[in-house]
Amino acid sequence: MSMKDRMSGNEAVAFAIRQINPDVMPAFPITPSTEIPQMVSTYIANGQMDTEFIPVESEHSSMSATIGAEAAGARSLTATSSCGLALMWEELLVAASDRMPCVMAVVNRTLSGPININCDHTDAMGARDTGWIQIYAENNQEAYDNFIQAYPIAEDKRVHLPVMICQDGFITSHAVENIILNEDPDVKDFVGQYEPEEFLLNPGNPVSIGPYAISPYVMEARKAQEEAMENSKEVIREVARRYREKFGRGFEFFEEYRTEDADYIMLIMGSAAGTAKQAVDDLREKGIKAGVLKLRVFRPFPASEIAQALSPAKAVAIMDRTESYNGHGGPLASEVRAGLYENGSSVKALCYTYGLGGRDFTVERVYEVFDELKDMIENNKEFRQHRYVGLRTNSPEVR
Amino acid sequence: MPYNLKEVMNKKERLTPGHRMCAGCGATIGVRAVLRALHEEDQAVIGNATGCLEVSTYTYPYTSWEDSYIHNAFENAGATLSGVETAYKALKKRGKLGDANFKFITFGGDGGTYDIGFQSLSGAMERGHDMVYVCYDNGAYMNTGIQRSSATPMYADTTTTPVGTVSNGKMQSRKDLASIIAEHNVPYVAQTTFTKDFRDIHKKAEKAIYTEGACFLNMMAPCPRGWRYETADIMEICRLAIETCYWPLFEVDHGSWTLTYEPKHKLPIEDFLKPQGRFKHLFKPGNEHLIAQFQDEVDRRWEDLLYKCAK
Repeated sequence: MSMKDRMSGNEAVAFAIRQINPDVMPAFPITPSTEIPQMVSTYIANGQMDTEFIPVESEHSSMSATIGAEAAGARSLTATSSCGLALMWEELLVAASDRMPCVMAVVNRTLSGPININCDHTDAMGARDTGWIQIYAENNQEAYDNFIQAYPIAEDKRVHLPVMICQDGFITSHAVENIILNEDPDVKDFVGQYEPEEFLLNPGNPVSIGPYAISPYVMEARKAQEEAMENSKEVIREVARRYREKFGRGFEFFEEYRTEDADYIMLIMGSAAGTAKQAVDDLREKGIKAGVLKLRVFRPFPASEIAQALSPAKAVAIMDRTESYNGHGGPLASEVRAGLYENGSSVKALCYTYGLGGRDFTVERVYEVFDELKDMIENNKEFRQHRYVGLRTNSPEVR
Repeated sequence: MPYNLKEVMNKKERLTPGHRMCAGCGATIGVRAVLRALHEEDQAVIGNATGCLEVSTYTYPYTSWEDSYIHNAFENAGATLSGVETAYKALKKRGKLGDANFKFITFGGDGGTYDIGFQSLSGAMERGHDMVYVCYDNGAYMNTGIQRSSATPMYADTTTTPVGTVSNGKMQSRKDLASIIAEHNVPYVAQTTFTKDFRDIHKKAEKAIYTEGACFLNMMAPCPRGWRYETADIMEICRLAIETCYWPLFEVDHGSWTLTYEPKHKLPIEDFLKPQGRFKHLFKPGNEHLIAQFQDEVDRRWEDLLYKCAK
């Protein structure tokens, strides 16, 4: 059974949190994720859930308290955006290295400066190497579905890592769209009970957590984390399959949209994938074989699967909603191309930065990108490897 | 229950020997004293800010802690224990812990408490988590090599306020953290250190642990390395801190201020400063006025405390 409704992305995630009813949620407000703790607080105030909410005095403390609660044996979570995520950066590493299976709802927003409250992926991408699993959503439905899958992934004994469930600020978090919701008992059944093996509040079995370690131990600890991240690939797939069997929705590492015979593929993450799909439909009408690979899971990074999916194309566009200042694109540009190289693929790629600080990414911009891919292949035209799309200038020198 | 030193000292240690703290370190003396105030039937979760105590007592794969213990980072011992304490509430409510009874105590040095962890501490106190935050105040960042903190007394020679040809050490006097936390209107705040029979610290720790809500202990814990006194003299240093009124013993119980010890004859501050290498420069001819200034500040704060305690 399922229910049809209309909700924003924030409402959808708060609804999932109510259905899961975790033990502890510390949180601190920051636009555009503020609504999530507000809505959870309201559910609690009205007796619709009984999670213990901690109104902490900063995001550093929200992640610190989440770690404390999770270490104590409680299923814990928080939510944040942008500067809040940056403030808790140190704690993200602690959560992952202490192997805390906690969850965070991230509502992607750019980072200062200039200070701006709108969407891009600078916040979560800045945290990509902290040891967290990162799953991105295209819309409210996926934010909801992904959130319900978070604990089964995090708490799996093969994984034991924290999970970020990301959605795009305002575009997804505040836009109201149709959604299909699962029944409460089905969600509870899917997520199951948390049964930690070792925890601070285990009566009669004290445990110490968060040691100082000298050099002979640190690399082994890190390697164990890396193995857990690799293990999480299989678990993410299993959980996604189980979710699809039960609720009929969702993808594993990515969604392939009209890529089966595509000459040109755009690899993109988050809400802009919807725009890209619309543009692909339009281009297909004109006989251009375009497709979209929408990446859902950025950590662990499914390099060989991506390479396999992109290789049959003539050219691909790799779309980053952030800047890495390395001269050749953002994190997706670096990692996708490393994956292509590693897998012996020689598919041509152009890397684009788009949509920073909430800049609209329209179907026209998608056409532009596909035009350039086509121009590169059909007319042997040379383009600079890393380009900006949607800048308020037409000068090719600037792009 | 009447206090009996012998009985108390015979309790099982909850911080076991074999850790790597310096001989004569005030922090471990203080931690053991606080933990002795736990009733034997009660379990505890101990929190710890990064610092000497943490790196020396939980060096992987060994732990000195008989109770559950969590170190998270330098600046967030307050927030971390709030999470643990709230988890206890949540799991209790959901019937997942049976009748187990846990107490929550966290330790931080003055760096992790007065300075970098101040916000986290203030937040935890304001929210009223049922926990005790114990600051072991040795008046500088000792773990990183004796840098000044806001707990460092005026004119102390530290590695970031070194005495030099144009410097007399730290220019500011110390923050009064116990008063600041008392102004949070938490149920119980006390300032303590080591006395001959350890009654003061024991009683205050017991009260803090068994008073519901957020409680705070400010415990002076001398550091022989940073203060540069003879290691064996720690008890004498503590006595002089109390008798000169440099480190007054008091408590604030539900808003009521009480002086828990009043020296019969207040000793001059020189007596406390003299045995410590960090104040050596104050005793050079021509620096008498610096000692006089130090004395004035001690007097002013002592009078202020007497007023608060309605003496």
